Amino acid sequence: MPDPQPASVYDLDHAVEAENLATYAVLVDNEPGVLHRLVGLFAARGYNIESLTVAETDRRAHTSRVTIVTRGTLQVLAQIEAQLEKMVSTRHVQDVTRDPNGVQRELALIKVRGSGPDRVEALRVADIFRAKVIDTTQESFVFELTGASSKIDKFVDLMRPLGLVELSRTGVLSITRGAEAM
Amino acid sequence: MTAQQTITAEADAKPQDATMTGAEILVRALIDQGVEVIFGYPGGAVLPIYDALFAEPRLRHVLVRHEQGATHAAEGYARSTGKPGVVLVTSGPGATNAVTGIVDALMDSIPLIVITGQVATHLIGTDAFQECDTIGITRPCTKHNYLVKSVEELPRIVHEAFHIATSGRPGPVVIDMPKDVQFAAGIYKGPKEVEFAHGYHPRTKAEPSRIAEAVAMIAQARRPILYTGGGVINSGPRAAELLRKFAEMTGAPVTSTLMGLGAFPASDPKWLGMVGMHGSFESNNAMHDCDVMIAVGARFDDRVTGRLDAFAPTSRKIHIDIDASSIGKNVRTDIALVGDAGSVLEDLIAAWEARKLSMDQAAIAEWWRQIETWRARDSFRYRKDDKLIQPQHAIQRLYELTRGKDVYITTEVGQHQMWAAQFFHFDEPNRWMTSGGLGTMGYGLPAAVGVQIAHPNSLVIDIAGDASVQMTMQEMSTAIQHDLPIKIFILNNEWMGMVRQWQQLLHGERYSHSYSSSLPDFVKMADAFGCVGLRADHPDELDDKIREMISVNRPVLFDCRVTKLENCFPMIPSGKAHNEMIMAEEARDLGSIIDDAGKRLV
Repeated sequence: MPDPQPASVYDLDHAVEAENLATYAVLVDNEPGVLHRLVGLFAARGYNIESLTVAETDRRAHTSRVTIVTRGTLQVLAQIEAQLEKMVSTRHVQDVTRDPNGVQRELALIKVRGSGPDRVEALRVADIFRAKVIDTTQESFVFELTGASSKIDKFVDLMRPLGLVELSRTGVLSITRGAEAM
Repeated sequence: MTAQQTITAEADAKPQDATMTGAEILVRALIDQGVEVIFGYPGGAVLPIYDALFAEPRLRHVLVRHEQGATHAAEGYARSTGKPGVVLVTSGPGATNAVTGIVDALMDSIPLIVITGQVATHLIGTDAFQECDTIGITRPCTKHNYLVKSVEELPRIVHEAFHIATSGRPGPVVIDMPKDVQFAAGIYKGPKEVEFAHGYHPRTKAEPSRIAEAVAMIAQARRPILYTGGGVINSGPRAAELLRKFAEMTGAPVTSTLMGLGAFPASDPKWLGMVGMHGSFESNNAMHDCDVMIAVGARFDDRVTGRLDAFAPTSRKIHIDIDASSIGKNVRTDIALVGDAGSVLEDLIAAWEARKLSMDQAAIAEWWRQIETWRARDSFRYRKDDKLIQPQHAIQRLYELTRGKDVYITTEVGQHQMWAAQFFHFDEPNRWMTSGGLGTMGYGLPAAVGVQIAHPNSLVIDIAGDASVQMTMQEMSTAIQHDLPIKIFILNNEWMGMVRQWQQLLHGERYSHSYSSSLPDFVKMADAFGCVGLRADHPDELDDKIREMISVNRPVLFDCRVTKLENCFPMIPSGKAHNEMIMAEEARDLGSIIDDAGKRLV
């Protein structure tokens, strides 16, 4: 069932329609300014960026992989995908969210400061989440945690009352299960 | 060619693999791309390129008076020939002045190659003299852009730029060339010898299964309409021919966006006139009541759709567009045909014929009976005046007196543009050059320069307004320098007419800063530029003056004094649907027709 049309293009107010999170993996030519091009596209058209991860993944082919998490109605998401594909620097766009084989992971570094029972509890929770301790002092830990963004959110929530002082996250990375490449 | 140029015209004697400078490589690449004309303005950061041009008789350089003029001239050249327009400007202000025309070309899908000079690579980022971040500034207003970092990549970049600008949905491509790269020695490579760096492969052919679905849907239509746009013109003359054939086959009425005028002959009875805010009553009502809409190279712009939730509410829509991101952007589509307008029309016609499909003739006849009742409203009707020149009358006479001639029309932006679209009729594509998407006042005069360069023996007329024409007036001088007998036909009502119209209708007749006080004497100004100045004040002298304008083989500035307060009708008021058009005779109390929400719209 299609959603009703907005009254005017000036009223393209999608607040009334349900918004979805979507993750796109975008393979782009690794050339100067390509990230600006992509981010500028989102800014110019008023799309949200929830997270953005980018690094060169194939040095010989000069390609970088960008993983971008965005939010929008189905119509907006279709536009985002079409606009990404339209960029001359784009090689391939994959909608990871809609792909049943899509896997999304994020890495976080979490610094927790505390002593006594809180410190013991932090370590116990970290163990449950299979977070790695990568640094410790007498009054702090730095944990490294990998997983779905929701798992990291949960861990951070649990750490907050135990003395969370600093958080660093990579943003989402993605790949598909199975033997096929993107 | 000057004697000096003749002496130094030896660049083409060099063998292809010999070392050349970056500037020479650029010039050579332009020639190999078939470029004949460059619109440009020299400056410090492009001096080596100008040096290479000095010795190159195969490239004609048209010196403009402002870089914006160069871009619009290149647009006019491109739009009237189907070839890319080439612009050459210097760094800093040269590049920033060109930005308006670059965005204009992006919005209207015009292929442009804009070469900008840049400070030497080691100076980039130091706030050097006439440095600006051209690539950063033009990134969102080009289809693609390049900073040439070394002379080795220059041939590839230039050839790739032409490929990108002219294929798929055409658009402007900027090549930013630092001065040291222009001096650097390198080896030229031809278009076939370079390997493109981008995986850019625009899709031109629609999926056969979708074609099959589309013809099946069209064959069931009882009230079909063809809604065509600039994409048909960009696709080339073949697409315009196929459009005629397709309309003939289906018996469907044809309307068009502002950008698509001329793709379908206005003399054909199936032509309904332009659609949209100032389109004809019959085309807008037919769009509203249709059951199958076939959009061909048109992008459902807000000036076309009006109120979206009341846009063609009973229709199913087939959208043909080479740009997948245009489909479903504003209006939801039932069948998406991503491909070149010509190629898709060809496939539709082939599928139609292969399946021996036909329309329900009785239904089509009934549809036409309905359309004829709308047409009988004669929505472009205006009040005749025998003392003062009505602007619509002026354009009507201009059309009638130039009929049958080899004529190209450009326009500025505003009331005169809409009247030109309503009262000047085109039977062929590429004859109508106007700034549709960006709506750039000042487009028409330099665009006429570009058109006249491409068609030196044709009649090229810029239908202008008194306000718009002053934005790029300096290009009159370009017309004089290059012997371009363009005609600038100014509908002079002493107002920014469209602004005044909106202020009258929507802002309680508070005419805030829309009166052009201190207008120049256009006839004297023509004289000062070395053009011919003509003025018509009275309807009785209009025809003779227009004939004089046509017969003079020099640039003419025609000051056509028209009634001051005429409004452009019919009009879909902001926030209203296609079947809620207001006609000239109903326009007394528009404030009560347009609600507050409508007033907020542009």
